[in-house]
Amino acid sequence: MTEMLTGAQIIVQSLLKEGVDVVFGVPGGMNLPTFDALYQSPINVVLTAHEQGASHMADGYSRANNRVGVCLATSGPGATNLVTGLATAQMDSVPIIAITGQVRSYMIGNDAFQEADTVGIMRPVVKHSYLVKDVKDLARTIKEAFHIATTGRPGPVLIDVPVDISNEKTAFEYPDSVSIRGYKIRTFEEGDDAQIKAAAEAISKAKKPLLYTGGGVILSGAAKELTEFARKNKIPVTTTLLGLGGFPETDPLSVGMLGMHGFEYANYSVAECDLLIAVGARFDDRVTGKVDEFAVKSKKIHIDVDPSQIDKTVKVDYPVVGDVKNVLKKLTKLVKAPDTKDWLVEISKMRKDFPLVYKLRKKLLPQDIIQRISKATKGNAILTTGVGQHQMWAAQFYQFNHPKSMITSGGLGTMGYGLPAAIGAQFARPDSCVWDIDGDGSFQMMSMELATAAKNRLPIKIALMNNNQHGMVRQWQDLFYESRYASSVVNPLDFVKLAEAYGCVGIRVEAQDQVDAAIAKAMEINDRPTLIEFMIEKDENVWPMVAPGKPSHQMIGTYESLKDNGAVAQPRRLNSEDESDLSLS
Amino acid sequence: MTEKNTEKHTIVCLVENHFGVLARVSGLISARGFNIESLTVSKTEDETLSRMTIVVEGDAATLEQVKRQLNRLVDVVEIWELRAGEFIDRELLLARVKADDKKREDLKNVAAKFGAKISDGDDSVIVEATGNRSSLDGLLEELRPFGITKLARTGRVALERA
Ligand SMILES: Cc1ncc(C[n+]2csc(CCOP(=O)(O)OP(=O)(O)O)c2C)c(N)n1
Repeated sequence: MTEMLTGAQIIVQSLLKEGVDVVFGVPGGMNLPTFDALYQSPINVVLTAHEQGASHMADGYSRANNRVGVCLATSGPGATNLVTGLATAQMDSVPIIAITGQVRSYMIGNDAFQEADTVGIMRPVVKHSYLVKDVKDLARTIKEAFHIATTGRPGPVLIDVPVDISNEKTAFEYPDSVSIRGYKIRTFEEGDDAQIKAAAEAISKAKKPLLYTGGGVILSGAAKELTEFARKNKIPVTTTLLGLGGFPETDPLSVGMLGMHGFEYANYSVAECDLLIAVGARFDDRVTGKVDEFAVKSKKIHIDVDPSQIDKTVKVDYPVVGDVKNVLKKLTKLVKAPDTKDWLVEISKMRKDFPLVYKLRKKLLPQDIIQRISKATKGNAILTTGVGQHQMWAAQFYQFNHPKSMITSGGLGTMGYGLPAAIGAQFARPDSCVWDIDGDGSFQMMSMELATAAKNRLPIKIALMNNNQHGMVRQWQDLFYESRYASSVVNPLDFVKLAEAYGCVGIRVEAQDQVDAAIAKAMEINDRPTLIEFMIEKDENVWPMVAPGKPSHQMIGTYESLKDNGAVAQPRRLNSEDESDLSLS
Repeated sequence: MTEKNTEKHTIVCLVENHFGVLARVSGLISARGFNIESLTVSKTEDETLSRMTIVVEGDAATLEQVKRQLNRLVDVVEIWELRAGEFIDRELLLARVKADDKKREDLKNVAAKFGAKISDGDDSVIVEATGNRSSLDGLLEELRPFGITKLARTGRVALERA
């Protein structure tokens, strides 16, 4: 006899079968049965201050390791609070599962108390969604949801469970496998041999090939394969914001980040290459700038597991649909290493001629602080960020050497993401050092989750770059709105007191000579969160920059334009000796 | 793949006969800003599947995107394009047309020419016709002088010949 379980118990047993040991969420009338069943289970239930926080925690948890983050919310307002988190995960292809309570199934459509059409509201921001109408379907639904979330191009999946379904009993049997006839990923994952062969031939013949790698490399766990492929064939690598960490930046072949606030030499390399090999990247507008002038001297290869990305914004010459890990492995076997000696010398020269720069000033500079955090952690920390200038500086000045070490909302650009994502990441990797590099504007959008971090005694570190501004907005207002500062001054706040109120350690740093000590102190504290409030220069800008609508190789705030002001080239790598040794490796 | 002109394309989509699938398909189409001329849904001989016939306007690249995006939906089981000349397509037209006794004969003649049926009424009739879009357009042209008071047309349904 199979056991008779309630829907809520089935949810718990299914989560256990999927290896879930922690969930994030907030209870309410329509998911109380689930919380009650969880209460009696070995699963760690993390109560969050806000459901949006729960969704970002699940997201940060997924991005930090290879497991699936799970978040829970009740019906109506609980569910609608998840929208931003699911949209964030959807844009960056993060596998998470959201389980929401729903009003009794016979009440649906009646504007019952706390009813919202959750499946309808979420439809455009999830990979797939379910409304469970029969308790007998529940176990299979959960199995399918995990499968869909994690395979192909990953993404969030929503399961909406009416409260009467979670109270009803049925025999529990967890299926071993799924069969969803409309879900066609299997045909894509291996990669088409003819397409791969054509791409391999193009690479073998190229003189100036450039790998342009994105979040897909991280998602498919292909960092090793990418590194092998690039090194074997001596092909330089530029990464997107989400691709950071997919290729070690200590490697001489690393050209760093490209795009709107990418490095000059990365964007120039894109303009100069004769073969652009896009790997798990999607030609986002923040990468391409003006699309018609993007990488015009090159033929293009596009490797992606999602066929709908091919030719979406940029027409490519050699599409390869497949999981990037599998495809890179096959390419490594097929490609005859092209002769890239001259090309590497050219890139080496661009790297020297167009470095990343800033000029130290009286007050604290976020760029300098981030470099110091990078040194103190030896590039081995997990970073999360909010959205704005600090996010771009983190991308530019932290040295990322490992996949899954940069956790940031790239596609949706969600302010408030940094703190809850850091919490999720710390749960996923308790032994790692997790830093949230945040802005005072972004941080305040989710600062209530300090309570969650403190309650769970998480040793996360928050480097709060307090410029008393929506700095990125102010930068745009200076550049494009004649310095009319409409709503870009953030309402001031004592962040040290705020941290202390939640039971975290708060440190304020105003002088340059206190920076390293504060970082060191934060790294020593291992039983609660530490927030360092860095009082930074207010009017510092993120350079270089591609102005909106401009081609990506026509940048402003370049080295050339800043050097006479005393801006100093900042070697981005730790071992700066091999800064220019591209051609030697 | 090189044609730039916008054309009409007929896509057939077999989808799971689940609750909410029409909303997923139409939501995706509007979210992506595709220009849809018509969309019809019906049951098939397999009761677990529904058949959607979608007429899209756009160049070849747009069409390709529509197909790829729809294919991403978990509930879309199969999708293909019908090629000109290889399928039969029909729409249904219902029109209420003014027709006093004097004009009734003329109207019957027009209807007969298009193989349309007429249901009698006092001073107006309902004309019912099936055909492809252009023949129904032709019928409408000829009905217009009588005075059309109400009109309903379905979108296109289509079936491959072989
Ligand atoms: C939820 C949300 N609202 C608004 C924005 C628009 N926005 C982008 S950056 C920014 C300012 C960020 O300020 P802060 O977090 O202090 O970072 P800074 O730029 O000062 O480093 C704003 C308002 C956004 N990205 N996300």
